[in-house]
Amino acid sequence: MPLLDIESLVVEYHTLRANVKAVDRVSLSMEKGHTLGLVGESGCGKSTLGLSTIRLVPPPGKIASGHIVLGETDIINCSDEDIRKVRGKRVGYIFQDPMTSLNPVKRIGAHFVEMIHTHEPEVSEQDALKRGKDVLERLGILPERIDDFPHQFSGGMRQRVMIGLALALGPDLLIADEPTTSLDVIVEAQIIELLKELKKSLKLTLILITHNIGIVAETADRVAVMYAGRLAELGLTDDLFEKPMHPYTQALLNSVPNITKKGQVLSWIPGAPPDLAEPPPGCLYHPRCPHAFDRCKKEEPSLTKHNGTYVACHLYDRR
Amino acid sequence: MDNLLTVTNLKKYFPVEKGFLDRLLTSQKSFVHAVDDVSFSVNRGDILGLVGESGSGKSTTGRLCLKLIEPTTGSIMFEGVDLAKLHGEDLRRFRKNMQLIFQDPMSSLSPRIRVGDAVKHALSFQGVGTASEQTERTRAILERVGLKPWSNFYDRYPHQLSGGQRQRVVIARALVLNPKFVVADEPIAMVDVSVRAQILELMLELKKEFDLTYLFITHDLAMANYVCHSIAIMYLGKIVEAGSKEDVFGRPLHPYTLALLSSIPVPDPKAKLQRIIPKGEIPSPINPPKGCRFHPRCPYAQDICSEREPQLEEIKPQRYAACFFPRHS
Amino acid sequence: MKNEKLQGRIVVQLLPQLRNLRQRGLAGWAILIGAAIVAAMAIMTVASPWIRPYDPILINVGPILSPPSAQFPLGTNHLGQDMLSRVYSGGAIMFQVAVLSVIVCLVVGVPIGLFASYLGGYTDKVASLVMDSIYAFPGLVLAIAIAAMLGPGVVNMALSIAVVYVPSYFRIIRSQVLTIKELPYVEAATIMGAKSRTTLFRYILPNVIPSIVAVATINFADAVLTSAGLTFVGLGLPVSTPDWGWDLTYGRRLLPSGAWWVIAFPGLMVVLLALGFTMMGEGLSELFNPRLQK
Repeated sequence: MPLLDIESLVVEYHTLRANVKAVDRVSLSMEKGHTLGLVGESGCGKSTLGLSTIRLVPPPGKIASGHIVLGETDIINCSDEDIRKVRGKRVGYIFQDPMTSLNPVKRIGAHFVEMIHTHEPEVSEQDALKRGKDVLERLGILPERIDDFPHQFSGGMRQRVMIGLALALGPDLLIADEPTTSLDVIVEAQIIELLKELKKSLKLTLILITHNIGIVAETADRVAVMYAGRLAELGLTDDLFEKPMHPYTQALLNSVPNITKKGQVLSWIPGAPPDLAEPPPGCLYHPRCPHAFDRCKKEEPSLTKHNGTYVACHLYDRR
Repeated sequence: MDNLLTVTNLKKYFPVEKGFLDRLLTSQKSFVHAVDDVSFSVNRGDILGLVGESGSGKSTTGRLCLKLIEPTTGSIMFEGVDLAKLHGEDLRRFRKNMQLIFQDPMSSLSPRIRVGDAVKHALSFQGVGTASEQTERTRAILERVGLKPWSNFYDRYPHQLSGGQRQRVVIARALVLNPKFVVADEPIAMVDVSVRAQILELMLELKKEFDLTYLFITHDLAMANYVCHSIAIMYLGKIVEAGSKEDVFGRPLHPYTLALLSSIPVPDPKAKLQRIIPKGEIPSPINPPKGCRFHPRCPYAQDICSEREPQLEEIKPQRYAACFFPRHS
Repeated sequence: MKNEKLQGRIVVQLLPQLRNLRQRGLAGWAILIGAAIVAAMAIMTVASPWIRPYDPILINVGPILSPPSAQFPLGTNHLGQDMLSRVYSGGAIMFQVAVLSVIVCLVVGVPIGLFASYLGGYTDKVASLVMDSIYAFPGLVLAIAIAAMLGPGVVNMALSIAVVYVPSYFRIIRSQVLTIKELPYVEAATIMGAKSRTTLFRYILPNVIPSIVAVATINFADAVLTSAGLTFVGLGLPVSTPDWGWDLTYGRRLLPSGAWWVIAFPGLMVVLLALGFTMMGEGLSELFNPRLQK
């Protein structure tokens, strides 16, 4: 039984011009202990997908249809009380910007206490703080710093605190949304190493949302590539990097510099992502795809499976 | 070896603003040592990458070279002209020799000025040609950076263009005056991943066509490796290593360079990575560590490293490092 | 007709955020409705010489203090003047005072705000000190004090209101300029070799204008209420001019005798006009400082 099962999820944003499908019929499932890298460029819907799993899509966004099942809980239709029990306790979420995700007037200890009390009100403040200190220590922060305020921490440390808060209640699933984007190179490597270590020691199930293909290569078991709200390709990391199937995946990998490759020639994707208010017919990628043919302009490709990899592309769907 | 730009002993200290009580109670001033005794030169036709993380002083150095800020001490010579001696009208006119490509294409274009006019202003502020000549040149450069046909773009406002297109406008504006020297401050950091290489290619083509020299400021080592000829690595206001790209990235001398190189994420799951990741984070530039600034985090640090500060020395011809125990030597 | 269209286009050019107001949600509607109210009242005031049934200052056109009736739909006051005509014409002074005070504020406040904050240093410190001192006074009290010194008249009323309001312009402009000064596109202007004057007027000022417009509209609203207030306390106008403020003064005294219509209708007009301007101002503020939404 998968831990998380998302089926045909559609999330819409009601904007001035039109209803935009930020997530368009995306399906994926997470087995316990696995790490999924959710990759795509800005605006592809990966963050929205992440937020949907805990029903936190900000208005004017709304989950329009589909199913999200976490264990036995129906995320979309469960009551407000039930979803609050999920957030923090069963799903830990690391938000994008550690600089603004912590309350500047509250000590770190207070953050932990609030977090723990929301789900386990019977725990005493002392015990809650103890648990917080244990978590901090495990993440490489001196436990005494539980009494400090957020501004007394540097960027990397704040991110560790965020990870600590997300893990404080021992969730089954951890979702990290661009956890290293605002951090320096070396700190980024530290955090990635930390996540890898936690993955092993806590047997975490992790969804890593990022536009940085590099960090996904070394942390994820599987990679899902999103484009303009749709799933383009989903497969094992090794397979995807060695033999990318979807033209977008291929182009994306060719546009990322690899310092270990000598004499690499970078390429790029001409054009720009589609305007989701007026999407092109057929495959959303076809205007930029070097392999596009007639069918691509008329018919939307559906996700088909080939040797363990799911791909939404007519090149592989010769029906 | 034709030196276009020579920077000598450049320092820039920013005073730290103190609260009212602090000002009353203590007379001590603190400074952010943003750039602390930096010397280097850029050869004509070179692409020098100034690489570092936050607090390294790379952006400040770039702006000092363009005289957008005044140095605390030190000199900057451009084609033999001492920038410190340029003021007022002379400085204003001199600016056409050196331009800047900004990091954020959105905030580096005024939202109230049409894109074509924004580029044309460079020409009109410098009084180059007649109004119609200026318009002609603007149209030409817009097309040269890929905004074809110019009529589709000239009258647009920045918010009507995509990120990549806006960055092209920024490049057009920087180059329309035919400068000799261009500082590019993280030019692709805020552009989508799949479009970055296109902007870089454009910058390289234009370099050949306009005979430019670039100072490329970035924290992205992989991009620096792709585009630059020479590299200078900065840490907490100092240059810790410099040399050709092949040398610095292939046979790094300074432990910090090693740390940076081993921290870069590699988009290849099969790559065998030797990770030497230092602990801790970059200390505050207000109170940098005594001795070698990197010593608290350096896995190879010894006693001398906390007592004396290593100077940037030419260890081998054209290879510079500021370390008492450089690797690979 | 053609002029209006042209002016409309100029306004939209100047303020591109004003396109498609209807689609801009609550803020857009606030601006449209507010503007409609103000426009309607302006038209009413301008057209009053032709549409009013009686001369508003003529006394005894009807019985004293007669309640609303067929002949006098809004009743008459204690001098036998027709309230309807007074309501039609009473806005004239208010509009004049409001417009004049806004003009004075723009002419005085904007340059001071711009130059002080752009130049910084002592200029900024001195200007801020002066402005903050004025700002510290409660508005209406200060306006009354100045109006009392200057004497009656539309211009003097406008001046007293302007003095009270200039600091608000100064503050808004200053905070905008200080922010914009640090933005990359201003740095870009310097790098291209722009002279300071050019940077200030072509790069900074156009981006400050939206907030100026927002302040000006609130200024209008405030001016309307303050001028009503000034007339209410007896400062400002020669007694014979038709003015809602004046009606409020006397209307208040007539209330105990049951003549509610003398204060009610002019009062309603003042509130409506202030409301119209406020809605515009708030809507504009909301548009120009949008709360970020994806």
